[in-house]
Amino acid sequence: MPDLAEIFRREAGRCTATLIRVLGDIDLAEDAVAEAFAIAAEQWPQQGVPPNPGGWITTTARNRAIDRLRRESTRTDRHVAALRLEADDMPAHIDPELHDLDDFVDVVSDDQLRLMFLCCHPALAPDAQVALTLRLLGGLDTPEIARAFLVPERTLAQRIVRAKRKLRDNHASYRIPGPAELPNRLGAVLTAIYLVYTEGHTATNGDGLTRVDLSREAIRLGRVLTELMPDEPEAVGLLALMVLSEARRPARTAPDRSMVRLADQDRSQWDRMLITEGHTLVRACLRRNQPGPFQIQAAVAAVHADAATAAETDWSQVVALYDQLHTIRPDAVVALNRAVAIAELHGAAAGLDTIDSHDMRELEGYQPYHATRADLLARTGQADAAIAAYDRAIDLTANPVERAFLERQRGTIRP
Amino acid sequence: MPQYMLSVWFDEPYDDDIDLSTPENEDQMARTAELTAEMERAGAWVFVAGLTPASSATVVRATDGDLSMTDGPYAETKEQMAGLWVIEAPDLDAALEWAAKASAACGRPIEVRPTHA
Repeated sequence: MPDLAEIFRREAGRCTATLIRVLGDIDLAEDAVAEAFAIAAEQWPQQGVPPNPGGWITTTARNRAIDRLRRESTRTDRHVAALRLEADDMPAHIDPELHDLDDFVDVVSDDQLRLMFLCCHPALAPDAQVALTLRLLGGLDTPEIARAFLVPERTLAQRIVRAKRKLRDNHASYRIPGPAELPNRLGAVLTAIYLVYTEGHTATNGDGLTRVDLSREAIRLGRVLTELMPDEPEAVGLLALMVLSEARRPARTAPDRSMVRLADQDRSQWDRMLITEGHTLVRACLRRNQPGPFQIQAAVAAVHADAATAAETDWSQVVALYDQLHTIRPDAVVALNRAVAIAELHGAAAGLDTIDSHDMRELEGYQPYHATRADLLARTGQADAAIAAYDRAIDLTANPVERAFLERQRGTIRP
Repeated sequence: MPQYMLSVWFDEPYDDDIDLSTPENEDQMARTAELTAEMERAGAWVFVAGLTPASSATVVRATDGDLSMTDGPYAETKEQMAGLWVIEAPDLDAALEWAAKASAACGRPIEVRPTHA
């Protein structure tokens, strides 16, 4: 019995991506792919899974869409659309029974890239970009995405409908941006994928600390992107960062589901395969000598992965990397992370001094800022200030696992 | 071909107090005129208008045969539209490219909005 759900997860994005190009319409493409999967669910259990399931789904979806457009071609535009399908550069009549669909699949991979750039068009708000990416490329349905982001289903459905409509009303093209626009456009894609990852990594809400599905989906998208754009070091850097963070996942939660911070993690639980992959990726992108924020953060994660114990961490290397990152991106969050590394290298007082020498006003509502200060204040013997900072951090966290951790930390402070 | 409105927005009051004869504003007007010429040469230009200050606006309502006129502008916001282009562009990205040039020329944010097809 074929695992249809697994095939669906793997192929839905690719099929939808191609169908959008062929049909010129997102909704038509989604309907057609859904219909093809429904047919597969009927036929495959008896007839077996075809050798190229993705090609089968794409071809079936395309043929169904053509049939439907013909049936409904009373309206002129539908008729035009049906005619246009025939003139498309796709092989005209592929028999779904044929097994040799390799050329067909080649076309598909490029389409996925088009779809990433479409979903993450900077004209869309970041939350819409993320929702659309998960829906069209990840094959997640609206209730799944709504659950993952803890927003009401209606809100999420509306977000997706509006985003699709905005793209349609604005005549957004289905294409890969040219060299001039690429840095900006690729940046939006990377940010959206990383948003999906971080949401899965530390859920801002909800009971479990990690929502593994979102993290895995983000990594899958990262892999697709680096396969399609192997020459973009930041894309490789993002994948490396996600893979190296994911490697630590088994050690991030104790058996009682409580949170374990990096310094206290049992490093034997780290996923060696992912760490090896991450290291290879970091080396590959750094060799290009076009450092960017994701590559540098990945390099920091690689330094941590290199240390057999927390005490063996090469903090001077971490500080040097954050110096470099701060030059490229002089924002308060980077300054905060740099201060944490300095505290490890030169002591908590030096870390606090670093924080105090920066303008951190914009981090007033950022939980890790207060948690970090609390820790450093406690380590320098400033108990009252540390407790106040923990209180502020606890107020700001929506994640019960994180809250429990912060409360435990606050409880260890002795005046 | 799709049409888009590129509107120019002031986020400071666009009213009688505005002095359009400062060297800076005159420079912007010149750059704006150059851009319009470039749009024409590229076959993208449909329409352009620089608007007089918002305080010169009148709002007219004709409802069920009743006619009312009130002093404008209609939108009581700080931000006011100061001018607009209508352009033809093959797709959104091309329209956004014109908007980037427009924003650089007049030193203001530009709102890009498609017309109904």
